[in-house]
Amino acid sequence: MSVVVADSLEQALDALAAAPHATVLAGGTDVMVELNLGHRRTDAVVAVARVPELCSWTYDARRATVRLGAAVRYAEIHADPLAAWLPALAQAGRTVGSPQIRAAATVGGNLATSSPAGDGITVLAALDATVHLVSSAGRRDVPVGQFTVGPKRNVLAPGELIEAITVPVARGWQGFSKVGVRNAMVIATANACLAVDEPAGSVALALGSVGPVILRCPEAEAIAAAQCDVAARRASPATVAAFAEAAMAAARPIDDHRSTAAYRRHAVRVMAGRLLRRAMPHE
Amino acid sequence: MSEQYTLRVNGADRPVQDAWVGESLLYVLRERLGLLAAKGACEQGECGSCSVLVDGEVVCSCLVLAASAVGQEITTVEGLAEPGAPTDVQQAYVDAGAVQCGFCTPGLIMATHALLERTAAPSELEIREALSGNVCRCTGYGRIIEAVQQVAARRGEAGR
Ligand SMILES: Cc1cc2nc3c(=O)[nH]c(=O)nc-3n(C[C@H](O)[C@H](O)[C@H](O)COP(=O)(O)OP(=O)(O)OC[C@H]3O[C@@H](n4cnc5c(N)ncnc54)[C@H](O)[C@@H]3O)c2cc1C
Repeated sequence: MSVVVADSLEQALDALAAAPHATVLAGGTDVMVELNLGHRRTDAVVAVARVPELCSWTYDARRATVRLGAAVRYAEIHADPLAAWLPALAQAGRTVGSPQIRAAATVGGNLATSSPAGDGITVLAALDATVHLVSSAGRRDVPVGQFTVGPKRNVLAPGELIEAITVPVARGWQGFSKVGVRNAMVIATANACLAVDEPAGSVALALGSVGPVILRCPEAEAIAAAQCDVAARRASPATVAAFAEAAMAAARPIDDHRSTAAYRRHAVRVMAGRLLRRAMPHE
Repeated sequence: MSEQYTLRVNGADRPVQDAWVGESLLYVLRERLGLLAAKGACEQGECGSCSVLVDGEVVCSCLVLAASAVGQEITTVEGLAEPGAPTDVQQAYVDAGAVQCGFCTPGLIMATHALLERTAAPSELEIREALSGNVCRCTGYGRIIEAVQQVAARRGEAGR
């Protein structure tokens, strides 16, 4: 049969070893659009949404991480208990499409599509998540920042699956912000995730939809680390302004059907400033 | 290559023959099984008019690969009630004037049933979020929200 509905990881990997160019199908919210609109043809599908190993997650209290199976859906991520450990990913997940989309869409599918506007990817990038890949030839780990190499391009080899993503549990305030033409059902014109690491005294900022891949903002992050009092959650107005300006300078947006580069730069400055102010409410 | 498989739709086993691998559940429901409640419009998950339940969750049937839904319980509006005996949700949509052209209605009915299963007394914001994947171009949504509130209120009274 040319559609394999795998019920174990082994079965999925065997099917992919036999047909490495088969279409991997998780929630289908990207794949089916391409099939319906004739942008993708396929004669073999390996459906992984019901593979138990991929649908489960584990919380490691000692390491303070959550390991999310690739086929965990956003509807589960934006509810507790995952939302309590991964608040920014939950916020991003709650903006993905609509309830119908979130009931199907998986975090692994979001990452594998590798859209520059993928909302979950921005959060994973800010949190320095680790992507675990598996094929019948073995396993390898890739930092999320090296997983995506261009718009809709990534390091997955034929026959290889994302097995899981390890994400550190929040170690301070974190938040996600997204600008689009409406509240529901919208691909980001620009998005941003800011995460504070209180023990380390550092602030991470990632931007989506303003470059070929999700971007980190090392200069803005350095300003925050040098000038914010992370423990007291304090930042001066000048620090917030400098941080926002540096974030804007890190953006590399283009004009496209969704927006203009100039508007995206503006949106990045506003979002970065607001996120830092929420993280550091005291002046 | 053609596919043979059996779907479980509205409590019955429905064999599907000579299908193409890439067919959506929406296509199979309408074109192969003659179930016309789920509507096809955008074919990209944006409009919600094809909403059905798969294992109790509302999804867009246009984004479900039909052959991958083998073994799952699929429910369409046809499976909710017999003709002439509407569910309380369907009746409330009529009573509140929440149906105009009717194209979006089956999807909204499915989404409303699913919402009220999970949340018996939703706030207006919860209703708006739960129905945000169902686009209606006639009503302006006011009467749709009223219909949902009516069902919640009637069920609340009945339960007391
Ligand atoms: C109406 C609509 C609204 C949307 N809104 C948003 C939005 O607001 N924000 C956003 O970020 N995205 C949005 N999307 C895009 C999509 O929902 C997400 O990218 C989603 O997370 C994809 O997950 P999936 O499980 O549905 O992937 P699928 O469609 O099943 O797969 C997507 C890609 O990933 C590959 N893949 C899936 N799982 C694996 C795996 N385990 N290993 C290797 N490869 C894999 C597939 O082969 C395919 O190439 C929207 C889509 C629709 C239709």
